[in-house]
Amino acid sequence: MIRIEDYAPVVGQATIDELYLLAKSLEGKQVQNINSTAVGGGVAEILTRMIPLLNELGVQARWDVIKGDEKFFGTTKKMHNGLHGVPTEISDDEYEWFLEINRKNAEEMSFADIVYVHDPQPIALIEKRAQLGKNWVWRCHIDFSKPVQSIWKFLAQFIKLYDAAVFSAPAFARKLPIPQVLISPSIDPLADKNKDLPPETINSVFERFGIDRSRPVVTQISRFDYLKDPVGVIKAFKIAKKHVDAQLVLAGGGATDDPEGPIIMQQVKEEADKDRDIFVLFLPPASDVEINALQRGSTVLLQKSLKEGFGLTVSEALWKEKPTIASAVGGIPLQIAHKYSGILTHSIDGTAYWIKQLIHEPEYARKLGINGKQHIKNNFLITRHIKDYLLLFISIFHREDVVYLS
Amino acid sequence: MNEFYFNTKLDQTLLLGTKARSVAELLNGIKSAPESSIYYHTHRYLQQHHFLSPEPPNDFAYWIQEVLNEPRLGELMYSVDVVQFNSLEDLRNKFIEILEQHSTGNGKGQTAPEGQEFHFMASQTFVLRTPYVANDLKQFAEILRKISVNSLYYHIFDAKLRLEKGENDFSRWFRDLGKTALADEVVRLDPYTHTLEGLRARILQLVQQHDKN
Repeated sequence: MIRIEDYAPVVGQATIDELYLLAKSLEGKQVQNINSTAVGGGVAEILTRMIPLLNELGVQARWDVIKGDEKFFGTTKKMHNGLHGVPTEISDDEYEWFLEINRKNAEEMSFADIVYVHDPQPIALIEKRAQLGKNWVWRCHIDFSKPVQSIWKFLAQFIKLYDAAVFSAPAFARKLPIPQVLISPSIDPLADKNKDLPPETINSVFERFGIDRSRPVVTQISRFDYLKDPVGVIKAFKIAKKHVDAQLVLAGGGATDDPEGPIIMQQVKEEADKDRDIFVLFLPPASDVEINALQRGSTVLLQKSLKEGFGLTVSEALWKEKPTIASAVGGIPLQIAHKYSGILTHSIDGTAYWIKQLIHEPEYARKLGINGKQHIKNNFLITRHIKDYLLLFISIFHREDVVYLS
Repeated sequence: MNEFYFNTKLDQTLLLGTKARSVAELLNGIKSAPESSIYYHTHRYLQQHHFLSPEPPNDFAYWIQEVLNEPRLGELMYSVDVVQFNSLEDLRNKFIEILEQHSTGNGKGQTAPEGQEFHFMASQTFVLRTPYVANDLKQFAEILRKISVNSLYYHIFDAKLRLEKGENDFSRWFRDLGKTALADEVVRLDPYTHTLEGLRARILQLVQQHDKN
């Protein structure tokens, strides 16, 4: 099991010491996380890593999962889509069942001093507050920029009852009568996808796929999904290739429930045609070490998405100290300051231009890589995420601009 | 006893739920935002990119230049010299003055494309006492070497502008020790033009020089 001290060589002992100092301010308080699934999905992944680390810091943290039936989860799936802006209708009966399930869970659950509710599924547990008191925070992990109004209106009546709401990006903030907090996602530098790899591992992965490391390699790691624009990546690469000798790697998996997946794969294959310098790698799940190796062994990394939530693959790319070119969409501009810690582009031509530049100017590219890694180290690692959670819990008891903790 | 207690600070970012699409809306936002928002938008890059020198500019200038594509106004906002200001109200008024002057006779100007609006945010700062206490310059130097950049940041940047103490905490303590020349030299440093590690190294160098004298 990974321990909090294992992060000290990565982020510095001073950062770990500050986490211990902060955690002291929560002495005697219990924190309860509540979501709707114990495995699978981003929230479960974060909590699985976070809860043991919080406990190790001395915070009494626990995690409960609400129970629901098919009708309940069918409704919450609709809510999820509606919050993403997909036109969706939820009937009165479905809303009523949603509330019923929340009330049933609330009756069966015991609540801690600080109740941290994740996403819309358990949001109506807050009704219990009138009876119990306690401190309640709602965390939204979903892209919230263009919600369907009727769904937003339904959820807003509950959000307003919390002490604070937490969002992942500034664009998700709303006019609300409660404080709203920004907490960005994070990556774990000790996970297989991000940990340091010996050169032999990197070489063996490149050899296995037949990629020549003596020539520049441009790589995009992402699902074969229209929104990741794999076809645009190939077009940009072909433009750049007129002036640079390079290879392109497109690697990732595909969501099995995505009906567009096979169509995109077909388009990618057609666009790649018979170019022997383009490698399209369809990787199975649990290919974290391969992905890590492909990123570490590449010359330039791309994330040419048309739309993104936060875009954690960019954090993963930057963490490998690689010059990274990414689209200025979603949370990507939070991770890359253009020309300082990476390159932000808006088009195929712009991406092609910067591929050429970075291959031709390795010194500049190296500097971008160094800055990019520093930026991730300071702002997007799990230790910062823990710090944000601790500050959030402490802030429930303090509303001043500057809070002096003894 | 003349001790220096090292504090550190950690910030929580608050979303204010207001946004601007044009220079006029930015101006209104700056007028009505809390001081903690002015502080956030003029120090975010510095905190997040403290390893870079020169740092990217304040958020207002960056947005005007990169999103509204108004390089002249962006440059004026960029060149506001934060180190010259002793209060966030004065700093806010400087931005207002520049934006109001620009607005006179400049029509409606550019509007940000959807998704690239300016979102107003703010910092809530939590100050913690570290276990480190210095009784003299030698101990001060030893501790300065190992404290986090957040601690350095608190005593240099927050102390002067956010907490409006007039000067940084280090210089105040040096003065109390009778080390006026050292205090003045540290005041003269423009911390906004150093990386935080560069600033740490420079202060260490000055402290060691004066400790010998």
